[in-house]
Amino acid sequence: MTFLLKNSELSIEKADKIVSETLNCCDDGELYIEDTKSETIVLDDNKIKSSNYTSDLGYGFRAVTGDTVAYSHSNEISEKSLKNSSDNLKSTLKNNSGTYNSEIKKTNQKLYKDIDPIESKSMKSKIELLNNMNEYARSKDSSVKQVTASLLAEKKNIEIIRSGGELLSDNRPLVRINMSVMVEKNGRKETGVYGIGGRQDYDEYLKNDNWKKVCDEAFRIANTNIESKPSPAGEMKVVLGPGWPAILIHEAVGHGLEGDFNRKKTSAFHDLVGKKVASKGVTIIDDGTIDNRRGSLNIDDEGTPTERTVLIEDGILKNFMQDRLNARLMNTKSTGNGRRESYKHVVMPRMRNTIMLGGTNTQEEMIKSVDKGIFAVSFGGGQVDITSGKFVFNCTEAYEINNGKVGAPIKGATLIGDGPSSLKEILMVGNDMMLDPGIGTCGKAGQGVPVGVGQPSLLINNMTVGGTQL
Amino acid sequence: MIKDQDYLKKIADICLSKSKKLGSTDASILVQSSVSENINVRNKKLDGSERSENLGVVLTTYLGKKKSSIASSNLKESNLNELVDRCIETMKITPEDEYNSLPDKDLHFSGLKDLDLYDETHLSNEDKINYIKEAEDEAFSNNKIVNTNGSGFGENKSNFLLANSNGFADGYKTSQFTAYCEVVSKSNGSMERDYEYTSKRFYNDILKPKELGSIAADHAVKKLNPKKIKSEKISLIFDKRISKNFLSIFASAISSSAIAKGTTFLKDKLNQKVFNTEININDRGDIKKANGSRYFDSEGIGIINLNLIKNGILQDYLIDTYNGKKINRKSNGRASGTTNLYFENGSKTFSELIKSEKKLLYIKETIGHGTNIINGDYSVGASGIMIENGEFSYPVSEITIAGNLNNIFQNITLADDLEFNYSTNSPTMHVEGMIVGGK
Repeated sequence: MTFLLKNSELSIEKADKIVSETLNCCDDGELYIEDTKSETIVLDDNKIKSSNYTSDLGYGFRAVTGDTVAYSHSNEISEKSLKNSSDNLKSTLKNNSGTYNSEIKKTNQKLYKDIDPIESKSMKSKIELLNNMNEYARSKDSSVKQVTASLLAEKKNIEIIRSGGELLSDNRPLVRINMSVMVEKNGRKETGVYGIGGRQDYDEYLKNDNWKKVCDEAFRIANTNIESKPSPAGEMKVVLGPGWPAILIHEAVGHGLEGDFNRKKTSAFHDLVGKKVASKGVTIIDDGTIDNRRGSLNIDDEGTPTERTVLIEDGILKNFMQDRLNARLMNTKSTGNGRRESYKHVVMPRMRNTIMLGGTNTQEEMIKSVDKGIFAVSFGGGQVDITSGKFVFNCTEAYEINNGKVGAPIKGATLIGDGPSSLKEILMVGNDMMLDPGIGTCGKAGQGVPVGVGQPSLLINNMTVGGTQL
Repeated sequence: MIKDQDYLKKIADICLSKSKKLGSTDASILVQSSVSENINVRNKKLDGSERSENLGVVLTTYLGKKKSSIASSNLKESNLNELVDRCIETMKITPEDEYNSLPDKDLHFSGLKDLDLYDETHLSNEDKINYIKEAEDEAFSNNKIVNTNGSGFGENKSNFLLANSNGFADGYKTSQFTAYCEVVSKSNGSMERDYEYTSKRFYNDILKPKELGSIAADHAVKKLNPKKIKSEKISLIFDKRISKNFLSIFASAISSSAIAKGTTFLKDKLNQKVFNTEININDRGDIKKANGSRYFDSEGIGIINLNLIKNGILQDYLIDTYNGKKINRKSNGRASGTTNLYFENGSKTFSELIKSEKKLLYIKETIGHGTNIINGDYSVGASGIMIENGEFSYPVSEITIAGNLNNIFQNITLADDLEFNYSTNSPTMHVEGMIVGGK
């Protein structure tokens, strides 16, 4: 039973017919229909600066044969438009033919409720909340000079029609609450940013005045940075805090373990399955099945149910993250990592919630063991060069460590490392595994998708810190 | 096919008249239509094709000083009616903002549209595939190129109409032809990737496929077997594909939104020396066929040319209507940001620049998002090539470069090799004394 074609000029029977007729001589493919509603309300400089509501409807029609993908997408949902797309796909794949693989796993997985987070809170109460956040943050200290707060909610409904008429669907809610505070003191300006979110209603994240904690945290980071001194430059030991700093895992190994780069042999990890790529005690998973998490999905954007995929187990590389295309070409099964930003984008293997599991050490032990190094608590963002394996991330809250003690805060430094070797440099894995607060977006080939990360505190033997103090 | 102005006008009229009927005092609307076709090739074999047809409408309604916006890709009249209703309902309960308004009528663009921004050339998929295969062929003729990450060719045509309730209604077609080639080199256990990229409004202006392929291969091979260097203070040369990033940073630091909020290190720097006296920066929207050229901004305000930095001194900001009101300035047509932004040529040749010091580090790539516009702190990951006695000697990677933009801007020397390849363009750049983090 289709909902998305309900009010369109295209009947499900016609759609089925065109899909089957187009794909029956291909290896794989589907018609992906998406209806997304989203709302963004921003408070900036003491005013509600914008309230935007977006309604986006469209389809993406994909045909795959061998390693060639033909894709056509449009906002016009009609028989004529779909036929044009079909002709376009056929003309690309005219010299190829394949056997349609209709096998796809079934699931009753329900990781989040079918709710509409935009409608479940009134516009009035959203505006009131933003005003409260603004006033509360400004009341914390006279040094708070600028506040930006925003609320983002989305409801994305997708339907996938495969050749033979099989129909798969998922309704995905997503919310995010963001806060940015700028503090000015003694001629210096610093910001602190914090946010929370996931696949539940706003109210779940706002219980017990939780929004105040979001403001407190943003202010705390800004206020810490106002006292910061220039960061040292060069190689040193690094202690990472739990939770959000796991974007190190995401950049250092996550991207390098995505199936496409390994099928194409452009990843620094492509010939390392079964080999030791991390210290003993390091286990990393990519889990799409955690309730209500930002990176969780009932099914991926090809219709495959998500799962908990073990990537690295006790230091040994076990699996890559796969979509259907790369799995087929590498003779394995999709791990439910086939994702796309929207109907305008082709599917690629992408991360979901990428997590390093906990160990036995305490954060205290780690800090105590460092003579000279840094303690990194929070990061802005990261980036990786898959082929050379080099990755960076930018500290937004970090401290120096001298003789086993945490010292002064240091200015936003970039840390740079080498993916395949940095995980072998892990000396201690903490017992304090924590998931991030639910705000991550990962970019790859111009497509952004919501993801999660998690890790315990970690002690890394050697990383290069990009500061200004020699 | 992209929709014509009549079709776009019809959609705009439906929304504008409906919002007026429902009680909005003002409204503005953007209707867009675009078609793009992309071809990807990998290892000289077709990897994928993509055709996209996009329609979109963005409506902003005003009730005095109250404002709200909706956007949609579903242009069916019933859906548009529903969305306009929603926009009006939201607008009514949104608090007033004294700075909200349509742009100043007197500044609306009116004039000739003679910049040549649309090339109707259409390449068949066959032609696109042939172009990009030829580029990869050329790259593979270098024996250290062992693989590709994929290379592609894209053709984009778009048309738009911008209209508001003050009588502005104008739009035009633009085109863009883009090709890139990204290859992987390998030698002695080292694997590196690099690319070359070309994008122009006219098909005849893009790089020829052989050039594209050979430049990409050359970049990737020169990165092989890099060394990590010791942490030190050293002068850097920024390749043109990186030096232009400093202009983008500069542009965001002088946007009227950042200036009005005080969230930029260039606040209160108007008429002060921000760069050294040899530096001039211009933003010109009227260069024929150029990527950044446009007739008016996203509010319909005509683009005027700006001399942003003259002899090192900051002359102007990038101003839109809303933020302009906050700082008591009229819009200069920069609601959509800069147009063709560039440093004027310096007086040294490239070869003089790389011979200016005994030891220099040539930066070809930076990674990470380590720019803080608020206080000017800059810290990014980088790779490049060491220059010793004016000669390129060995590749360097896994290092960081850091400094503060207030100092970096004062220490820039430019070569005389400016080219208009992108919308933001810079000559090769020398920056004295930055801190490199390495071993």
